[in-house]
Amino acid sequence: MNNLRRKLVGMAAILLLKPFAALAAWNKDAFGAKTPQDALKGIGAGNPAPSKDLVIEAPQIAENGAVVPIEVSSAIAGTTAIAVIIEKNPFPLAAQFDFQNGALPYVKLNVKMNETSDVRAVAIAAGRQYTATKEIKVTIGGCGG
Amino acid sequence: MAGPMKMRATLGSGYTDVRVLMTHPMTTAQSNQPLHFIQNITVKQNGKAVVEAQISQAISRNPVFTFRIKGGAKGDKIEVSWLDNKGETSSIEAAVA
Repeated sequence: MNNLRRKLVGMAAILLLKPFAALAAWNKDAFGAKTPQDALKGIGAGNPAPSKDLVIEAPQIAENGAVVPIEVSSAIAGTTAIAVIIEKNPFPLAAQFDFQNGALPYVKLNVKMNETSDVRAVAIAAGRQYTATKEIKVTIGGCGG
Repeated sequence: MAGPMKMRATLGSGYTDVRVLMTHPMTTAQSNQPLHFIQNITVKQNGKAVVEAQISQAISRNPVFTFRIKGGAKGDKIEVSWLDNKGETSSIEAAVA
């Protein structure tokens, strides 16, 4: 009897905890991908279309690969997510941002870059995927930090 | 170690600018230290989630982000929280100035 009760309480606890776990979802497959192609697939953007309305602002040459400032903004109507992929990093996917309730599709972040690489931004708007790239040259790699 | 956060939320022309700094080592699998990095960030405006981010170890140490929210007003409550791969968490709250 006691055992059954314990099991039931345990199950109830799992059911209660689950929604919170879902809130803090982290896309393990996409972040664990070792190629940009697998990272794109992992975020559901296997074949994004190039777009000039997705803009990456970043220095052409980053002296310190440990802190490379990147600004991404999308002028594509209905953009709900932006992802940043550093193609030559050991794990290319750096970040994904989901925008809702009035957040503008804009983000500024600092990333680590292992070596000179194309940086790819991906935007998702109305279920379609768009992309833009910019090459950033790195003098000293910054992934050892 | 994970430490204090700093945040400034200001009104731009037609949007609210949220600049936030998190104190965190953000160590990578390439370093000789244990993997320790922030995975989730949530930005809320007056209690409503506006940005949900998932980030990797490729974000620089002591991460700084700027986000923008359409419109907004002085006094709006902005809250930013993070959760890392070890289950540590922190948050900060400020009113739009």
